[in-house]
Amino acid sequence: MSIIATKHNRRSFLKVSTAAGGGIVLGFNWALTGCSPKDAAKIPAEWHKLNGFLKIASDGLITIMSPNPEVGQNIKTAIPMIVAEELDVDWNNVIVEQAPLNTDVFTRQVAGGSQSLRHGWTSLRTTGATARQMLVNAAAKKWNVDPASLTTSDGVISGNGNSISYGDIASEASRLEVPEEVALKDPKDFKIIGTSRGNVDIEEIIAGKPLFGLDTYEEGMQYAVALRPPAFGLKLKSFDDSESRKVNGVNDVIQFGNKIAVLANSTWAAIKGQKALKAEWEEDSKLESTAYHNEELIKLLNTKADEPRRKDGNVEAQFTRADKIVEKIYEAPFLPHCPLEPMNFFANVTAEKAELKGPIQTPERTRKQVAEVLGRPESEVFIDLTRMGGGFGRRLYGDFVVESAQISELAKTPVKLVFTREDDMTAGTYRPSSKYRFKAALKDGKMTAYQLVGAGTNIGNATREDNFPASAMEHYLVESHNMSSNITTGAWRAPITNFLAYAEQAFLDEVAEELGIDPVQFRLDLFEQAKSNPTGELKYDVDKSIGVIKLAAEKGNWGKAKDGVSQGFSSYYSHNTYVAEIAEVRMDGNTPKVTKVVCAIDCGIVVNPVSAINQVQGGIVDGIGHAMYGNFSFANGQPQMSNFDGFRLIRHGEHPPTIEVHFVKNTSDPTGLGEPSLPPSGGAVANAMYKATGVRLYKQPFVQGEINIG
Amino acid sequence: MAIFNLNVNGNQHQVDVDPDTPILWVLRDELRLLGTKYGCGIGQCGACTIHIDGNASRSCSMQVSQVADKKITTIEGLSEEINHPVQNAWRTHDVPQCGYCQAGQMMSASALLSINPSPTDAEIETAMRGNICRCATYVRIHEAVKTASQNL
Repeated sequence: MSIIATKHNRRSFLKVSTAAGGGIVLGFNWALTGCSPKDAAKIPAEWHKLNGFLKIASDGLITIMSPNPEVGQNIKTAIPMIVAEELDVDWNNVIVEQAPLNTDVFTRQVAGGSQSLRHGWTSLRTTGATARQMLVNAAAKKWNVDPASLTTSDGVISGNGNSISYGDIASEASRLEVPEEVALKDPKDFKIIGTSRGNVDIEEIIAGKPLFGLDTYEEGMQYAVALRPPAFGLKLKSFDDSESRKVNGVNDVIQFGNKIAVLANSTWAAIKGQKALKAEWEEDSKLESTAYHNEELIKLLNTKADEPRRKDGNVEAQFTRADKIVEKIYEAPFLPHCPLEPMNFFANVTAEKAELKGPIQTPERTRKQVAEVLGRPESEVFIDLTRMGGGFGRRLYGDFVVESAQISELAKTPVKLVFTREDDMTAGTYRPSSKYRFKAALKDGKMTAYQLVGAGTNIGNATREDNFPASAMEHYLVESHNMSSNITTGAWRAPITNFLAYAEQAFLDEVAEELGIDPVQFRLDLFEQAKSNPTGELKYDVDKSIGVIKLAAEKGNWGKAKDGVSQGFSSYYSHNTYVAEIAEVRMDGNTPKVTKVVCAIDCGIVVNPVSAINQVQGGIVDGIGHAMYGNFSFANGQPQMSNFDGFRLIRHGEHPPTIEVHFVKNTSDPTGLGEPSLPPSGGAVANAMYKATGVRLYKQPFVQGEINIG
Repeated sequence: MAIFNLNVNGNQHQVDVDPDTPILWVLRDELRLLGTKYGCGIGQCGACTIHIDGNASRSCSMQVSQVADKKITTIEGLSEEINHPVQNAWRTHDVPQCGYCQAGQMMSASALLSINPSPTDAEIETAMRGNICRCATYVRIHEAVKTASQNL
């Protein structure tokens, strides 16, 4: 049990009121709890806030609002589980509601960075515990006994021969002062956290209920499909909409900025209207091609950066006296996100207000963008959140929300803007194309220097300079270059590390081989070095790193593969979570197949195991799929893939049939799981494939054209 | 525009749409049966899978004129009580992440099991290969199909 203050800077972060119809409503404001994670600088400031509220009705039903957008990470189940645990109620009596964007009540309504649980943990527990304490205090007052003499279980308060349900005392509790301190449970007493609880939306999902943005239907609404420039670098010169207007069901065609929207009575009519548009485009800026990006990125890799991202010791001196130098370049293409639900949003912009509804990972930031574009105060813009059919980072960017508002404003009608798959894939905010050059000095059986140069299109910092093997190397240099491009890029599930981890882990495997050291032992030796004698600032937890490596090696029978099975190892510190993976590959004729992945993962306390395992398995398959097949290129600014016939996603049967997930048991506060299992998976597979085939893989995707591996 | 009589989930509907309209958009925009999803429009992702006379079909790639007089079943009509063995298995295994593709997955799985009640692993892979799950819940989808097979 631990005691936690409910006030910060003398302001309570809990606000109590009486619910309509009786009961208690407890609002909480996470922004006041003063959380300051160590790596705050890496995460946008608005992500550090989180709050929500719960309501206990007279009939004993508990409603817990889930403020964070649900994008498939199952946060809508996990957040209420944490509140319900400390509240001490029966999970069967809990109803979960998705909250709309409401910055008066909530903050950090964001899905991104695998950060929701990490930042919400203490606040969510404190809220549940505070509500529980207030209910206990109300019962104690009613019975004129000491609150400490009372106990709670499953929503009932007992003691001194009395008992009363939360529902029956909730209204009285709502009239009490918020206690200044409350006790949190000892994790060993958890009854909900750490147990598997099914997705709160499972019944609606399996029944096919309209939960998603694309399912939005409002009376009087028109369907809108837009035509955007077919290539990055083009702008609209002129257009002829006469054929489009002849399509049955098309009501209007409007230009907005560089784009044209077709408004119709149905999605199909709007799609036909879009196809019937004749537009002329003219060059506005350079029409870039993949060959150009490749050339420029290689040039950057050969350029000395003005400032290193991190420099320890003197790598040059070590390279000069090395017995051998290993130097390799790893290359990654752009990637579209391809959530299966294409971008869409509903907007109804009137003289009074702008009402929007749909799937967005960043409603607060998006509201600001919409307000700016419409030239109206944010107080007139309202965003309601739907379940999202995936995001993977694409829905961090509100361009399509802004478009829906612009179209509605101009056409003076409620609209649901729908992207066709082609629109979604060709008007993307892609993962940057990137390249990395690794260089290691080997001397006397050891790696004596480590150098990494990264470059990418609009990538910002292409590296994660403080990640392993930083601190494990006395001589260490990391540099990064940014290449400006007019192709829009952004975060893609596990930004940067989704490729960098593969490159690094494949490179370390090659270095270990050159040194004649087992790759797992090689990593363990480096971590021991970082622990016993760290160079520079150590920014990861060595014990947790070693813990997952040893657990994966044990569970995956590292080094004891069955005949015909090749193993590959990879480990990574991923979005505050520690992960190690062993991939197994078998040859099927000449084709290597990934048959099994064993994952060890330390994300602290596992809130909801059934969902956590799903996230980890999905991340691994996603990582393998994009490493194997994900290829996206440009010619004269135009995306060369526009649908799933040209852009290959991993399919059923191409996934490893067995994926074991082993969580490190501990009582550390939870970190996230939406991203962490993805980055190491490509490296584990590449290293296993090397063992199986003798071929090192330096470029993603591993599979190009029709060759069918996996 | 033309009038079409459709039999969807055992109910008769009359719609007035262009004959080239994919049945997907008739279901979604005209009949407001929104459980059938749009994912690609070219029969590549399987999100729009429905049953036409019991066979798994991609509704994005079939025009309404091709399916008049045929028996159409959507996820909303898979069972009355959300208790088709496939739905039960999806619940038991807590399959979905985002959930968007899952109606299509369940329609493909139920069509498979209706013609092959005890599919092998390879048969499941072949039958389910046309349904993309972007969250990559394939391990669970596979397990759930096997569980459903045992509970038919």
